[in-house]
Formats: sequence, structure tokens, C-alpha cells
Amino acid sequence: MNETQHLSSQFDEELSRLRTHVLQMGGLVETQVSAAIEAYSTGEIASVKTIVETDRKVNELEKAIDDDCAHIIAKRQPTASDLRMILGISKIVTDLERAGDEAKKIAKGVRRIYENGHLPGQYGVGIRHLAEAALAMVRQALDAFARLDTPQAADVIRADSDVDAEFKSIIRQLITHMMEDPRTITTSIDIIWIARAIERIGDHAKNVSEQVVYIVEGRDIRHTKEQSK
Amino acid sequence: MQIQDTPSLKAEARGLNFYYGEKQALKGINMPIYDKKVTALIGPSGCGKSTYLRSFNRMHDLYPGNRYEGEIRFFPDNSNLLSPDVDPIEVRMRVGMVFQKPNPFPKSIFENVAYGLRVRGENNRRVLDDKVEHALRGAAIWDEVKDRLQDMAPNLSGGQQQRLCIARALATDPELLLFDEPTSALDPIATGAIEELVHELKKRVTILIVTHNMQQAARVSDYTAYMYLGEMIEFGKTDEIFIKPQDKRTEDYITGRMG
Repeated sequence: MNETQHLSSQFDEELSRLRTHVLQMGGLVETQVSAAIEAYSTGEIASVKTIVETDRKVNELEKAIDDDCAHIIAKRQPTASDLRMILGISKIVTDLERAGDEAKKIAKGVRRIYENGHLPGQYGVGIRHLAEAALAMVRQALDAFARLDTPQAADVIRADSDVDAEFKSIIRQLITHMMEDPRTITTSIDIIWIARAIERIGDHAKNVSEQVVYIVEGRDIRHTKEQSK
Repeated sequence: MQIQDTPSLKAEARGLNFYYGEKQALKGINMPIYDKKVTALIGPSGCGKSTYLRSFNRMHDLYPGNRYEGEIRFFPDNSNLLSPDVDPIEVRMRVGMVFQKPNPFPKSIFENVAYGLRVRGENNRRVLDDKVEHALRGAAIWDEVKDRLQDMAPNLSGGQQQRLCIARALATDPELLLFDEPTSALDPIATGAIEELVHELKKRVTILIVTHNMQQAARVSDYTAYMYLGEMIEFGKTDEIFIKPQDKRTEDYITGRMG
């Protein structure tokens, strides 16, 4: 990545401010996800409200960053690495915002489960493990973006298939439970939604990482075999 | 969008060196010019892009002490434009040039365009009428001037004068057109008209354009060459140069990181 300064120091400032805002937004999303997992494990449904409120901030940041991207394009006509940075950021914020939405879904699912009674203990470990993996992906994806570190981005992309596999195994378990004891269906469905949301968070982290590769190397690795290597 | 197969060559610089007296202005330039494509030359002031452009119609011959080495092959005949055996007047018939500032002759619109044909010895009124109209249409200015062909050319607006100069260059049916910053003296509307014209012209003629306006290079050209200190740093498809240049010096220039 080109770290040489522009002739226009203002342009440098605009770009660096943009990156800071993305990281700020990513930080909020990370908190949302981690709080949602926490709520799932502990049943502290009070934090659900905070997660929902944070989501509003995340949405505002998404709009502000997109707006800044539009302004930079209009004013500076960025090219090459600058152009890729702006395009990448504009896609990254979409994924971050959606990851935030998924965290909100988890939180609301948790609230439903706990309001209807207790969480059956046997579901705890699998989901928690899945969620930790997805959260780690989000963190690493943001790190990879902050440092423009493509090897780390590649790690995140690889990690996604583990999360997907784990998600499928959880679904299989839940189906077995439901067949064995239909009284668990209501809770199981809520848990399926939660697992699904976690799996989606992993997908969004992977998308962010793909954009990091695009920003740094100019290669679009979405929907290619390359990402599994 | 990718340009699929490699088009045929219209010209090719091979080991081109150029000296203004002692000072070497071009250093070992190797570069293809593809047929019926627009190739943009970009680079900071003094990088040699105009010097390079002017080599194509032997304009440097007009001043003593200038010296070429290497060759510029011109196709399909595979002649060397720089060879002393080649008549520069003949070269300039085949390679037209449009300059930064519109420079119409202090003559009528008609005579400006007919000039090159008359130099060639064409005096048949009907042929001149046809060719002048064809050139003016080709330069997208016919509708604006058809009712006043006898008016003095310098009375036209800047943008019209520039298109008239393009018509003048087109009149001799050149195979290669050289543009040396053709829009730097024009407003955005006139610039847009010239860019649109370049796009039309490449259906019939190969174009080499020097521009300081990077966005213009990105908009009008199929290929872009970045020059610096007399060297060709990078040549490639415009789509690739502006998204993912290979050389850091190109990257620094097009992203505005150097002067």
C-alpha cells in the first residue's frame, strides 16, 4: 500500500479520517457482537437494549462514511490505491453494518428465549464456540484492514469455512433434539436463528477481508477458488 | 472492462533516444502504438512526453542540433519515420498534429482546412469542397460553420478553433493524429466536445495524445504510458494503469503523490 503523502495534505487527512471512522464503526460492531454473545451465555438481557442503541450509532456511521466517500470521489477523483481504498471502504461499511444487524438479531433472540424460560444447557457450548470464532474473525478482519495486512485477511477467509462447518453441525444437533423432544422446538428455532446470525457475522468478516485484499493488491478474490488456498 | 486481443501495430518506438544538443531528452523508449486506438502519454512537466510526441512527425528537424537515435517504425509499410531517407513533409501528411493552443491560419475557415490539400497540389474546386466538408464533419464542427466558410477562422471561439485545427489535420487523411494537450486552453464544455470527437475519430485514425489532465487520459484513452525523466516507466491498458499500476512511480504520479 502506498503510504507516501499526497501533495494535498488535506487529501491525506480526508483519507486518514475516513479510515479512522471505519475502525471506529468496526469497534462498535465488535462490541455489539461480543455483548450479544455475553447475553446469550449469562442471560443478562438488560444489555440487549444497549446493543440495539449501538446499532443506531453504527447505522449513522455507515451513512456518514458513505457520504465522505462520495465527497472524496467528487472532489479528488481518486485513482489506483486511493480509488481502491474508497471503493473497498464503501463495501466494508455495508458488511459491518449488516454484521451489526446480525448482532441485534442475536440479542433479540436471546431476549425471547430467556423471557420464555431458561436456556436448555445442552445448547450452550456449541453456540458459544461458534460465536467466539465469528467474533475472532471480525476482530482479525478489522486488524487486517487497519494494518492493510493481506496474510491476516487470508487467515480470516480460511476461518470462515470452519465457522460454516460448525454451524451445520449445530443445526444437525438441533434437528435431532427437535425430533426427540418436540417441546424443545420453540427454543430450538430461536437458537437456529441465533446460530444463523453468528454464521452470517463470519461471512461479513470474510467479505471485509476480501476487500482488504482488493485494497492492497487490486485483486478481486470474491467468488473465486483462490480464497480457500 | 478488458480489451480482449492485442490490436495490430500502427507504429512502434524502438530504442528511441533524442538529444537537444548535448541534453538527452528521451532515453531508450520502446513502445507500441496500436492501430485505431487512443494512447495517452502522461507524466510531469519536462518528462519528455511532448518531445516524444513531436518525434512522430519529425518536428525536431526544424531546429539545428537536435538528434535522434533508434527508430520509430510505421506500419503497415514498416518504414522508419526517423530515417534520413524519409521526407519529413511526407511524414507530416500521414501524421497530423494538433497543438495545445488553437493556431488557425489568418485565413478563412475554408482555406484553413484546404491548406494541406493545396500544398499537396490539389486545386480542383469540387474535390476541395468535398474534402473540406468531410474534414469539418469529421471534426464535428460542420454544422456550426457551414454557412460561413468564408469567415476568418480566428473569429471563431477557442473550442471551435481547436476543432477547426483538428479538421485541418484531418483534411489530408492522416493515419496517425498527434494531440499535444489539445484541451488545456479550453473550457469544460469545449473539452467535452473534443474528447467526444477523439472517441469518434479513433474509428478511422490512430491517436496519440499528451495530456496533463489525468482524468482526461483515463476517459479518452485505451492505452496509457507514464513517462518520467525521459524514460518510459510504464505502458499498459488504461483500465489497468488507473486501477492497479505496476510501478510505484506511476502510482505516485497518478494518485497525486509527487510533483
